[in-house]
Amino acid sequence: MDYYLSVATFGALNVILALGLNLISGFCGQVSLGHAAFYGLGAYAAALCSVAGLPFPVAVVAGMLVAGIFGIVVGIAALRVREDFLAIVTMGVGFLFLGVVRKQQWLGAEMGIAKIPSPLDKWGYALLAIGAAVALVLLSLHVRRSWMGRAFGAVAQDEDAARSIGIDVAGYKIAAFFIGTAAAGLAGGIYAHMTQIIVPDAFNFIQSITILAMVVIGGIGSTLGVVAGAVLLTLMPEMFRFINDYKLLVYGTLLLAVMRFSPEGVAGLVRRLARTAQARGGRRPA
Amino acid sequence: MMLEGNRLSIAFGGVRAVTDVTLRVERGELVGLIGPNGAGKTTLLRLLTGVLVPDAGSVAFEARDVTRTSIHRRAQMGFVLTHQIVRPFRDMSLLENVMVAAAANLTRRPWRALVAVEAQPARARARSLLERLGIADAADKPAHSVPLGYLKRMQVARALALGPRLLLLDEPLAGLNYSEATRLADLIVELNAGGITIVLVEHNLSEVTRIARRLVVLHNGAVLAEGAPREVMTRKDVRDAYLGNEPAVGAAHA
Ligand SMILES: Nc1ncnc2c1ncn2[C@@H]1O[C@H](COP(=O)(O)OP(=O)(O)OP(=O)(O)O)[C@@H](O)[C@H]1O
Ligand SMILES: [Mg+2]
Repeated sequence: MDYYLSVATFGALNVILALGLNLISGFCGQVSLGHAAFYGLGAYAAALCSVAGLPFPVAVVAGMLVAGIFGIVVGIAALRVREDFLAIVTMGVGFLFLGVVRKQQWLGAEMGIAKIPSPLDKWGYALLAIGAAVALVLLSLHVRRSWMGRAFGAVAQDEDAARSIGIDVAGYKIAAFFIGTAAAGLAGGIYAHMTQIIVPDAFNFIQSITILAMVVIGGIGSTLGVVAGAVLLTLMPEMFRFINDYKLLVYGTLLLAVMRFSPEGVAGLVRRLARTAQARGGRRPA
Repeated sequence: MMLEGNRLSIAFGGVRAVTDVTLRVERGELVGLIGPNGAGKTTLLRLLTGVLVPDAGSVAFEARDVTRTSIHRRAQMGFVLTHQIVRPFRDMSLLENVMVAAAANLTRRPWRALVAVEAQPARARARSLLERLGIADAADKPAHSVPLGYLKRMQVARALALGPRLLLLDEPLAGLNYSEATRLADLIVELNAGGITIVLVEHNLSEVTRIARRLVVLHNGAVLAEGAPREVMTRKDVRDAYLGNEPAVGAAHA
């Protein structure tokens, strides 16, 4: 039972991470190759708060805010650089984060932070993570329907045209980065308390690519597709242990395969299948 | 004074695209801005709307200095540009393209936009604008799938959805056939009569001279002539400017 609970919890955390990135990349069209850094920021900030004796909810919210505030900073950087360069900048943010935590004694350096107080049991974390994931699914679906979502779409498709119809492109990019990275911070806070120990490597480049793979494989821009992608990539390494050793290779290959054969990911595949099924059904004599 | 571009200059590398150009537009005017290819018309419009920041000179809109005001702020103020090269949101339908502009009051601030879901008023307004432009038949087609003439008119609809007081149109008639062009030109006159001040860049000289009450001729990045269409078009220097760039006359443009 414990095993399934922990897989479910990680699955929910991955859903939160992937949906956060999907908001930035899928909705607003901004590349990010360093999403794990915000996961880490949330984890470290929340862990430090709890170790310092602050209550659990305060620690988790602090993790969200710290990640979100750094997200705003990266969002502001995103205003200054072209799209292809943003990939490099966000990747750099990821490495910078790792470089800093690895060297700082007060962050535990390579050893990370241990003995983080844990106020909940396994069920508690599972329910909390799943609840947060559901909330994020609902938020994503809402954003898509709202005028924020439509404005994100305009920014993603043509920034200059968006500006010329009065859309504050900078403001929307920053908003996307804030929401997306705060979500990652939330996942980080839950993760830190659940495992009670965090090390820098949990938030490395491979983790960033894994989150990106969930988004792309699920179908960038599609909320439910991304949820499917996150669940799939949570279960895969559980079922095929060897994947753990070759994550970058396996996910990299999957990423390329999806971009080549089904750019809209699982979501696009399902849509296509549904359409073919419908067409077949339609042709059948009544 | 609706718009005042004061001694504007900009150079790209060695190319002096616009040099010391002053353009004044009174409230309610319909000004035609013409000139051969590469004269600097698009560059001047970009300087006026803030897409480009001038090397020298200033821009005032309704007597407020907007030289450093961002494009989106100017658009929100009612000072709107349509691009010569069409810039649709490619994956949105024509209707959705216009809707985003029609909801400008809701999208002005991201956090306000997050709590706004009501789309019906914007949809209705967008549809009526598409009808006005004569392209409602393609309302639900994605922008990447419709011909240039539709996109050109969609851009005008999208600009109108913002409720502009000053509209700068960069070759809106390009890509339209004869009757479509006449119809859009008539609509431009109608919009102007309805209170929108308009600056129109056009290569379709017969339509500009027909509808504009004042022409400004740009040549090599400077103002060559300005005045009533009939007088300007008969001037020898204006004719020479066009003849020196023969392919420009009546050339089709995207
Ligand atoms: N971004 C740019 N970089 C370099 N040169 C530019 C740029 N934009 C315009 N130019 C140059 O400035 C000059 C004026 O160009 P502009 O597009 O304003 O002319 P135009 O009058 O609009 O021409 P057309 O009738 O062909 O649209 C041209 O020589 C053009 O090559
Ligand atoms: Mg031009």
